[in-house]
Amino acid sequence: MLHLDPAQRRLVIELSHLDHPVVMESRYQRDVTTSLLVERQGPPPGAAASTAGIRPSRRSRWLPALALLAPSMIFLVAFTYWPVVRVIGESLLVGRFAGQGVVGLGNYQRLFADPHFARAALNNALYAAGTIVPSLGLALVFALGLQASNRANAILRTLMVLPLLIPLVAAAALFSFILLPGEGLLDFYLAKFGIGMINWLGDPDLALGSVIAITVWKNTGYYMLFFLAGLAGVSQDLLDAATIDGAGALRRFRSITLPMLGPTFGFVLPIALLNALTQVDHVVTMTQGGPSDATNLLLYYIYQQAAQNYDTGLAASATVVSVAVLLALSFFSFRTLERSIHYES
Amino acid sequence: MLAVGGAAFFWAVPFAWMALASFRPGAPADIASLTPAGPFGFGNFADAWHSGNFPLWYLNTVLVCGGILAVQVVTISAAGYAFARLSFPGRDLLFIMFLLQLLLIPALLIVPNLATLVSLHLYDRLLGIMAPYFASAFGTFLMRQTFRAIPRDYEEAAMLDGASIPRLIWHVLVPLARPGLTAFAIVSVTAHWNEFLWPLMAASSPSTQVLTVGLASFASGSEAGSAWGVVAAGTFLVAAPLLLLFLFFQRRFVSSFVFSGIK
Repeated sequence: MLHLDPAQRRLVIELSHLDHPVVMESRYQRDVTTSLLVERQGPPPGAAASTAGIRPSRRSRWLPALALLAPSMIFLVAFTYWPVVRVIGESLLVGRFAGQGVVGLGNYQRLFADPHFARAALNNALYAAGTIVPSLGLALVFALGLQASNRANAILRTLMVLPLLIPLVAAAALFSFILLPGEGLLDFYLAKFGIGMINWLGDPDLALGSVIAITVWKNTGYYMLFFLAGLAGVSQDLLDAATIDGAGALRRFRSITLPMLGPTFGFVLPIALLNALTQVDHVVTMTQGGPSDATNLLLYYIYQQAAQNYDTGLAASATVVSVAVLLALSFFSFRTLERSIHYES
Repeated sequence: MLAVGGAAFFWAVPFAWMALASFRPGAPADIASLTPAGPFGFGNFADAWHSGNFPLWYLNTVLVCGGILAVQVVTISAAGYAFARLSFPGRDLLFIMFLLQLLLIPALLIVPNLATLVSLHLYDRLLGIMAPYFASAFGTFLMRQTFRAIPRDYEEAAMLDGASIPRLIWHVLVPLARPGLTAFAIVSVTAHWNEFLWPLMAASSPSTQVLTVGLASFASGSEAGSAWGVVAAGTFLVAAPLLLLFLFFQRRFVSSFVFSGIK
């Protein structure tokens, strides 16, 4: 795994197209980088215990630990753990009339009977697939294409990373114009090819695709950074040996590069999954879930029920379902991650 | 290779349009053109600045990002040390519990979180926007790794001199952990500068709007009037600080993003 350290440094140096030589990171910086990457891709089981070092009696360590963790725990309890308990409670509380609540599954019955929720869940699945597959695929293609270190590539990589720096609502503002029917940038240039006005965000058949395109534009550069780091860790000796043995570029990619990127995929996938559930800012500002629910996503549905319809029961039960799906998928992709480590080692 | 290069240029088209349109005052008929003839000027920026409340939005955003970071530095240093150096029962389980925060973002738990803010009298206050982020699982993780990479000699020397644990963390380890903290600061500020949904939910009055929330209301107004150059200028104003910082400190930003992964 140590090979990822030079990878990191190379990436860092390449991306900064500075004229003067780049000052190396301090020793600690490199240590942190290395240990993080190793940790990310699965810590060795005994590592924590073996490095824990000085440990007098257990009792004497309890109090300091408690005191040091308390500041964090207060906020984690208030805004992470307690909300989960509370939202489960809210979701099970039905018919709160005159201060009287009855415990039951009524909210879930209403939720699963709500066609808007079904549509939001379906849309979200399409949104997840539609954003993750192209953005990871493109990120890999861009990483492969812009991997070699030269001035032009450094500039192109910078261009790819820029969308990561701006808020999704800023991207939404730009794309509101780009996708504007008729006068917008896209239609302006499509007209030169004789293609007429297209209502990118107003057509129920195109709206979700347009929202997906914005997300892909926003995230691809981010994922590309991880693939660049991963590619720099692919053994050049192995690739050279394969070339000598007569393996073509495609064969080298399929048999060497791709398998060695396993951990990178395993690491990026959970991030991409989380993004697919939580990145709905552009839906809020551009489409409000429309037209006719075509771009309604789970988090937007929750937001609608909570902040617009004031239907706490429906919002709470939708939250519980979304969180459950998120935890299950994260667990699943974590398992995939573990397996990809075994593959490499 | 050439195709990939071309595509990367294509990727920058929205930025190119933003930069061009924001400097084209009035409402030119070819506002969509990427090769305009001019005239150019700063009129759109003046219009955007006057129709939105940018000074307040900048101030609120800086306060939110700075406030979150200031508290986080304390909470993550303390917790990071506990996980890195102390051994106590339930440590590994507790660490996993910390990591749950990475998934359960505040906007997702809007229903219970809003109720919590109301009962703490934090609704519609900047402090309420910040509070859920005062603890950071990612920051704790990062500090744990950073502290582990620091040789124990420093601590042992300090302990022999009779330093207490808080003194040890704050005066010995945190200064040594500066690179890790810088990386965390970049990731934290970028994430909160760009965040939209939670600040939108946690506040309602114009006085508590941050840049992203302000931009959304400002842009919808200007879009209704088809003032696209003004929309571009407003977007430019919101995005410029981080874009500039990125161009100047690209190396630091990229390495931070790569070994952060999680925002």
